[in-house]
Amino acid sequence: MSIIEIVFYCFALIIVVSAMGVVFSHKLMYAAFSLLFTFFGVAGIYVLLNADFLAVVQIMIYVGGILVLIIFGIMLTTKVTDVENISGNTGKWIYAGSALVAAILFVVLVYTFNTTNWTVYSTPYRDTTIDLLGGALLTKYVLTFFMAAVLLLIAFIGAAFIAKKGK
Amino acid sequence: MIPITLNHFLILSAILFALGIFGIATRKNAIMILMSIELILNSANINFVAFSKFNGFNIDGQVAALFVIILAAAEVAIALAIILNIYQNYKHIDVDEIKNLKE
Repeated sequence: MSIIEIVFYCFALIIVVSAMGVVFSHKLMYAAFSLLFTFFGVAGIYVLLNADFLAVVQIMIYVGGILVLIIFGIMLTTKVTDVENISGNTGKWIYAGSALVAAILFVVLVYTFNTTNWTVYSTPYRDTTIDLLGGALLTKYVLTFFMAAVLLLIAFIGAAFIAKKGK
Repeated sequence: MIPITLNHFLILSAILFALGIFGIATRKNAIMILMSIELILNSANINFVAFSKFNGFNIDGQVAALFVIILAAAEVAIALAIILNIYQNYKHIDVDEIKNLKE
């Protein structure tokens, strides 16, 4: 068993277990903290896939931004006097039905992945991908890059406007 | 043990995707649904980066993953603003009982 396999299975285990924690836990706060481990695990998978910049972006934006926003949202939308912040289960039939749908979806996806004949090229080793990413962002994807910047600006202004109290 | 191939990453992302769909379908709390959507976006990102690596280091996949992360940040900001507004009107965020945005 090579070191890469050990690392992959460790991160895969972290991701799957903590994602199940997100989906199955009954308390919102526990789900949010499980999500933290999922994001860290995905960042580890990125490092394994030679995407170092993306891993740092994942930790900074997902863990530092999105997760903090979600925890703020949880704390602002639940009463402190509540005994527990339950995540709200639906009934038994919906539960079984969506488990079935998710299982079928998973089986179909795995079947497709396994039967498709992917063309895999050999990968040259690279120390870093920042130069490639920066080059692509400022040449081929420059319009998309600017549109993403404008979209973020509009989204945050809109969010501040929508969340404003007492219009 | 089989060496790590492209399929390992794809199956990992399929597990994450199925869990996210399950979470969206079974939860009634709006923030819980938001978290499940994050799981799905992450699974798509793993696919993008895996294909980028196993296609002779094609950087396009990583650029797409970067834009997905940007859109996720915008999406969460807007969604939480809407959820806060709903909470002010209804005093709960149970999506089954929310029927209109304004009384």
